[in-house]
Amino acid sequence: MSEQEYYVPHGTYWPIIGSIGVSTLFVGFANQMHGAEWGGSVMALGFAIMVFMMFGWFGQVVNESTNGIYNKQVDRSFRWGMSWFIFSEVMFFAAFFGALFYARQLSVPWLGGADNNLFTPDLWNAFSASWHQMAFISPGTELQSGTVMSFPAVPATGIETATPAMVVDPWGLPALNTALLLASGVTLTFAHHALRAGHRDQIVGWLVATIALGVAFLGFQIMEYGHAYHDGLKLTSGIYGSTFYMLTGFHGFHVTVGVIMLTVILYRVQKGHFNADNHFGFEGVAWYWHFVDVVWLGLFVFVYWL
Amino acid sequence: MTTATDTTATGHDDHHHGPEKGLMRWVKTTNHKDIGSLYMWFAFTMVLIGGAMAMVIRMELFQPGMQIVDPHFFNQMTTMHGLIMVFGAIMPAFVGLGNWLIPMMIGAPDMALPRMNNWSFWILPFAGGILLSTFFMDGGAPAFGWTFYAPLSTTFAPDSTDFFIFAVHLLGFSSIMGAINIIATVLNMRAPEMKLMDMPLFVWTWLITSFLLIGAMPVLAGAVTMMLTDRNFGTSFFDATGGGDPVLFQHIFWFFGHPEVYIMILPAFGVVSHIIPTFARKPLFGYSSMVYATASIAFLSYIVWAHHMFLTGMPVAGELYFMYATMLIAVPTGVKVFNWISTMWRGSMTFETPMLWAISFVFLFTIGGFSGLMLGIAPADIQYHDTYFVVAHFHYVLVTGALWSIIAATFYWLPKWTGKMYNEKLAKVHFWWAVISVNVLFFPQHFLGLAGMPRRIPDYSLQFADFNMISSLGGFAFGASFILLTYIVIDCIRNGKPTTARPWEGAKGLEWTLEPKAQYHSFNTPPSRKLIEQESQNS
Repeated sequence: MSEQEYYVPHGTYWPIIGSIGVSTLFVGFANQMHGAEWGGSVMALGFAIMVFMMFGWFGQVVNESTNGIYNKQVDRSFRWGMSWFIFSEVMFFAAFFGALFYARQLSVPWLGGADNNLFTPDLWNAFSASWHQMAFISPGTELQSGTVMSFPAVPATGIETATPAMVVDPWGLPALNTALLLASGVTLTFAHHALRAGHRDQIVGWLVATIALGVAFLGFQIMEYGHAYHDGLKLTSGIYGSTFYMLTGFHGFHVTVGVIMLTVILYRVQKGHFNADNHFGFEGVAWYWHFVDVVWLGLFVFVYWL
Repeated sequence: MTTATDTTATGHDDHHHGPEKGLMRWVKTTNHKDIGSLYMWFAFTMVLIGGAMAMVIRMELFQPGMQIVDPHFFNQMTTMHGLIMVFGAIMPAFVGLGNWLIPMMIGAPDMALPRMNNWSFWILPFAGGILLSTFFMDGGAPAFGWTFYAPLSTTFAPDSTDFFIFAVHLLGFSSIMGAINIIATVLNMRAPEMKLMDMPLFVWTWLITSFLLIGAMPVLAGAVTMMLTDRNFGTSFFDATGGGDPVLFQHIFWFFGHPEVYIMILPAFGVVSHIIPTFARKPLFGYSSMVYATASIAFLSYIVWAHHMFLTGMPVAGELYFMYATMLIAVPTGVKVFNWISTMWRGSMTFETPMLWAISFVFLFTIGGFSGLMLGIAPADIQYHDTYFVVAHFHYVLVTGALWSIIAATFYWLPKWTGKMYNEKLAKVHFWWAVISVNVLFFPQHFLGLAGMPRRIPDYSLQFADFNMISSLGGFAFGASFILLTYIVIDCIRNGKPTTARPWEGAKGLEWTLEPKAQYHSFNTPPSRKLIEQESQNS
């Protein structure tokens, strides 16, 4: 391949297969939520199509790359693409962090009557607007849609006012997980240095360590979810449970994806796909892993600690 | 999956060939022109579908009293009209224009990421299909307005809302991939001799729009994800009984929504900045100020979102901040309008169809801009909020702004796309038909709003009857004008007279140096510095 010529592929079936896959996945999911028995199977089918598409599409790109079809300019396109994709992920998390800050700083204090006194300070007896509440509504109270507007009448019995520190101590598992993820960033950087120096055995060692740290993180995260759930913190436990599980859940999903990506990179390293100068696949995954790392730091500070 | 690649891996030197034959060409294509055409035809189909819904709305509002549809269906019409026009028509049309034009304008062979380009288009028909399928579900389509405020869209919404949510997710994937592709193309595929300040303004405006898309669309995805979990998994983001707040939805939505309105107008500014210099036969006045104004508008668009929420409830300091920040946008926008006028000043002007659309854009978009300023004044907005004045305002900026520029661009570049010339006489008839009827349609709505007629209602008090009837008549005439537009475009493709490479005397830009019908792969060898300077708007 000449250095001058930009590789423009022609004719591909993978996108349309991806569209069919993702639509099948979503339609199955929506029907599943509405109680259709076949929803789950359709979802699984959609997921399988997506997996097939990703293997096929990425496999084709990997092949083209190892056949030397891509020049430096194509490499730069991939770099711009990956970095702005990560930025879009940052903005997705920003929406959930924004919800967290808004609830903590504004809506929960307002429900307690702060600032403008538009809200009654007596939502119900013994209501206190503290962020750490695990539930705003007494467990077992069925709220019909019609009673939403009459929430001051909700009885006071059984309101939980446990703090998150009682449920999740930030200096226990979360701190350990922080250490694990930070360490995985370091091991991954060592792997990158080894790659640039051309020491394949070292790359493999550091990559395996990174993957192991990521898997350990996920294991502890599942353990911690178990504790939290057992102590009564659920997705349905009001806004604290909502932000806690949605933020950490989406993060955990991204770590899972990152671990899968790192595993693919490990496989590709062993196949000898990369050399010291040409290894965007490695770097793209490393960027992604560091992004996941930074999101965790935000989570540790704002969800667990403060 | 490994064997499938061998043909492309070894057969790379045959990619100078033309398009494939048959229907699969359009499914498999990675060519920026093919994909641009797909986007444009998709958008046009959606304009007709969304337009049909607008016709139902105007028929219902033709006279006071309940006329032809029940109120719930009316709400579905207003909601789906808005969603389809914003996400299905205007945005894809601009991405289509970007696909067609950007590689030609920057001297590139194609888009930077051609396979992903295919995917960002081919998600759209699926998303549109899911969105439209909600009409056939129990409880009907979404009926909570295109802004889908909670709790209307959570607690009180029909089951089909979950399908709507996934459709929005898919539309978001498409937009984000499209934006990433345009950024990579502009920053990495430019002819080596083309500096950033050599770029045509359409390229500049689309580059800046891409940053808005990548910043805003994921936030929308977050908002609909929270809706999804609030509806199905018991979270409390928008539910005060769980410590959340419906107002939070409005903040997140408009944090997306305000950049979104500039996503739909910045490329329009780019289009007009090409057409006016061509037919004024003068270089664009204030090229660099246009670039900086575009960037300023984009920046400001992120910090003004709560001016949509003056009546939702906000501390006075917040109202003041969002009011003044909003006023500030008038400054760079004014720079643009005055630059267009200065470009025309003492120019050798002729009034071919694209120029007519561009000039009417300047007039009518400015009307929409002024009514926007009125709405941005917090104390005055108490009167205007949720009235037909708002409807008139955003239709002036979106129809006679965004859509106008898309039609202008279509006529301006149609010769380059087809190698043929459209019927100028018919096109002028169409222009005057559209520009008169659209004003009959939307101008009276200002008066209705000032008099207090609320938006999103199927029935109204008797004092609003006359203006509503005038507006509806204008609406039917404007709707009918699209039949003529369809005919003109198809007639051009089929029977148009062959044209030259540069059919417009004063036109500048690398796209005009290509063959009359631009070749399938635009620039296989990048243009020289001399050519770039000759064709630059900034010279």
